[in-house]
Amino acid sequence: MTTPLPDFALALPEIVLLAGACALLIFDLFARGERREGSVRFAGLVLLATAAATLFVLLGTGGALAYTFNGLYVADVMALLLKLGATLAVALALAYSRRYLHDRGLLKGELLALLLFALLGMMVMMSANSLLTLYLGLELLSLCLYSLVALNRDSPVSTEAAMKYFVLGALASGLLLYGMSMIYGATGTLTITEVARQVANLQANSAQHGFLVFGVVFLIAGLAFKLGVVPFHMWIPDVYQGAPTAVTLVIGTAPKLAAFAMAVRLLVNGLLDLAADWQQMLVILSVLSMAIGNITAIAQTNVKRMLAYSTIAHMGFMLLGLLSGVVGGNWLNAAEAYAAAMFYTVVYVLMSLGAFGMLVHLSGKGFECERLEDLKGLNRRSPWQAFIMLLLMFSLAGVPPTAGFYAKLSVLSATVAAGQIWLAVVAVLLSLVGAFYYLRVVKLMYFDDPAETAPALEGERDARVLLSANGLALLVIGIVPQPLMGLCFVAIKSL
Amino acid sequence: MLAEYFPILLFILVGLAVGVIPVVLGALLGPHRPDPEKNSPYECGFEAFEDARMKFDVRYYLVAILFILFDLEIAFLFPWAAVLGEIGLFGFVSMMVFLAILVVGFVYEWKKGALEWE
Repeated sequence: MTTPLPDFALALPEIVLLAGACALLIFDLFARGERREGSVRFAGLVLLATAAATLFVLLGTGGALAYTFNGLYVADVMALLLKLGATLAVALALAYSRRYLHDRGLLKGELLALLLFALLGMMVMMSANSLLTLYLGLELLSLCLYSLVALNRDSPVSTEAAMKYFVLGALASGLLLYGMSMIYGATGTLTITEVARQVANLQANSAQHGFLVFGVVFLIAGLAFKLGVVPFHMWIPDVYQGAPTAVTLVIGTAPKLAAFAMAVRLLVNGLLDLAADWQQMLVILSVLSMAIGNITAIAQTNVKRMLAYSTIAHMGFMLLGLLSGVVGGNWLNAAEAYAAAMFYTVVYVLMSLGAFGMLVHLSGKGFECERLEDLKGLNRRSPWQAFIMLLLMFSLAGVPPTAGFYAKLSVLSATVAAGQIWLAVVAVLLSLVGAFYYLRVVKLMYFDDPAETAPALEGERDARVLLSANGLALLVIGIVPQPLMGLCFVAIKSL
Repeated sequence: MLAEYFPILLFILVGLAVGVIPVVLGALLGPHRPDPEKNSPYECGFEAFEDARMKFDVRYYLVAILFILFDLEIAFLFPWAAVLGEIGLFGFVSMMVFLAILVVGFVYEWKKGALEWE
């Protein structure tokens, strides 16, 4: 008996990344020197090769839907584009935080290898066409993130954050697995496309339907934890605040893309016929997240914690897009709504990269820029950084003509098209509440006097250039959103 | 029907014999020179009765975790070895890739000094 060979070429990005990460681990063992120049460069090369491999697959398949490994793995435009995005996000995060990590003695081979393995986990999640593949990717990602949070092991805050993250993360994984087992029990399959076929043939109100909905509740709970939406958000503020800022920068960005992909794979690819059931749950999660996220953020004095609550609010807003795809069993709105949600996620990742990147950039040797006071009078100390931060804050608040505005607009128009006017009104009102704390940062930077003790900036030139590009990109996307929106459309259509 | 259970009965009897006879023989034929140390219950490395919340060396964990990691691969190797003839080159190469990834981990722990007690 000979086993037919699966199509390895489709999984080229993952294969390249895995080989690269393993090679990096060995390379770093034998590398010398304090600054780890070689290892960082090596990691950069691996990321570059991964991006190239992803592009190669994208061009090779021409955007056609392709399955391999007995249907466990899918390569479609959405997966490939999100993989490119995640690779870019990790590369940028590394570039922003290089000096920060070096100053704190955290720039080790282990950090680089964990980053790459986390990226591998995200990629596996994005291409998962089986509940098991999805779970495998998720665990690979989560385990790397737990260790990254705890990397600064002498800091009690980091250790506490890692412990909380680990315990709650394990609980969420348990919930997710339980949900998956219910789905398996009702449909008899783990392959997501096969689940979709079974669900489509299901009689309403049969015993299996009850089983499925029961499973969906647990799936949503696990998913909500990974996205960090209320009431599964408790870990976000503590982890964002406790982790070294450079690690927060990683946690707050690329994994959101993976979580979005996971939501799409589970809910849209697998359970679209149950949309009436899961959309109701998402409504609750979404409204609660926007309310609690935006209102609690006002009370924060720590910028990292404030941005953590802002994440919760933004993920709630993104859910609005996911929940307005199907109206009364009609899928006409689906492509617009899901593309809007994807656009929102991508733009959020860019904003978050910029905001945490700026905090990393402003932190110096032995100085953490993480309290609101630390930003006081930034305009007088370094006007250009203040301007970029201004752009980022405006974009997070959704002020035109930044990308944040267009992202909010497209999600809201999808919500209105779905007939959920009241949800749109609530979302706008809560965004107004949110604008307060973003604009407060702007006020502190431009209208307050710098603190006496504010240390001089010592940021790297490379990071400054990249951060500027990041901030300006938000402005450009805000003015010309069509190319990115078009890509999101193509991605969603390819499902 | 009942006859089909005969091998199981036989199995139980032989199992009992193998378990019981050496203990009985040892008790009857072996020399008896007891002392308090010999009569105390045996537990590797620790006092048998004391507070459970005691400190012990973190290196135990390291060794235990590493042992489990590299011990588990055997669980994959046995079934693989049993059907190697049927799964062909693909099966062989798959396992070699798996082992290569494990070797990366092994080289890492070795070089990091996780295998040295002192």
